[in-house]
Amino acid sequence: MTVAGFAFYVFALTVLVGGLFTVVSRNPVHAVLWLITAFIGATGLFVLLGAEFLAMLLMIVYVGAVAVLFLFVVMMLDVDFAELKAGMAKYLPIGLLIGVVLLVELGLIFGTWATAEGVEMMAAPAVGEVENTAALGMVIYTDYLLLFQLAGLILLVAMIGAIVLTMRHRRDIKRQNVVDQMHRDPKAAIKMVDVKPGQGL
Amino acid sequence: MVGLEHYLGLAAALFVIGIFGLFLNRKNIIVLLMSIELILLAVNINLVAFSAYLGDLTGQVFTLFVLTVAAAEAAIGLAILVSFFRTRGSIAVEDVNVMKG
Repeated sequence: MTVAGFAFYVFALTVLVGGLFTVVSRNPVHAVLWLITAFIGATGLFVLLGAEFLAMLLMIVYVGAVAVLFLFVVMMLDVDFAELKAGMAKYLPIGLLIGVVLLVELGLIFGTWATAEGVEMMAAPAVGEVENTAALGMVIYTDYLLLFQLAGLILLVAMIGAIVLTMRHRRDIKRQNVVDQMHRDPKAAIKMVDVKPGQGL
Repeated sequence: MVGLEHYLGLAAALFVIGIFGLFLNRKNIIVLLMSIELILLAVNINLVAFSAYLGDLTGQVFTLFVLTVAAAEAAIGLAILVSFFRTRGSIAVEDVNVMKG
């Protein structure tokens, strides 16, 4: 077995084990950590396929941002997870049934699958003269410019939406009122009192 | 030699694991969101594998967009979850019944 083949099986096993334990683990914190494992395995697979840019993107966006977001939410919310897990055994048979049916269906598709005429399938991922990131940049900024900008717009909407959904104004705490502060008048705020010696106010 | 079929098989298995997770964790919406992430990861592996073995970058561009939308979806989903937890004090899916159709 070649080194690339060995690496494929290691990463594939990482992805599958990570995915399976994400789904079945009882503690959601463990589930998030297994999800991170699955993403790291997928990163290795992307590197093997020659998609280095997407591999790094997956590492930064998923492992660095999305998984940590999940972790924050899981730890922030005070949820009784044992109660949520109670019905797990009840749903196991139907889940397994649907999973096996889907797997059989995918296998059937796989059995009759054929490439179209005139399409050249390569034996191994091609290594071009241009490196992956540069090649991807050339495609994105010419052919897919509009979609790229729309993707940015989606992220902007998601950001604003998440802020709007989670922001709350608490009424029971004291807050700084900037407008009031800036409109304070020294004449109204300060009173000069002439204190006589020995008398006080 | 690792061929395209290996990657397709792996992606199919991961997809089925994701679907299985949707059924297994029907009450816990956080794990439901994680299962959706797994399904999207399986789709991404498929797209990148085809892109690599066909020598066509379009698949990788699509993966880029899928990643973007999946990240936005996770952020919005978790934000809804947090605001729901503040009002109801629970994240059980059965409690989401205020907007009965």
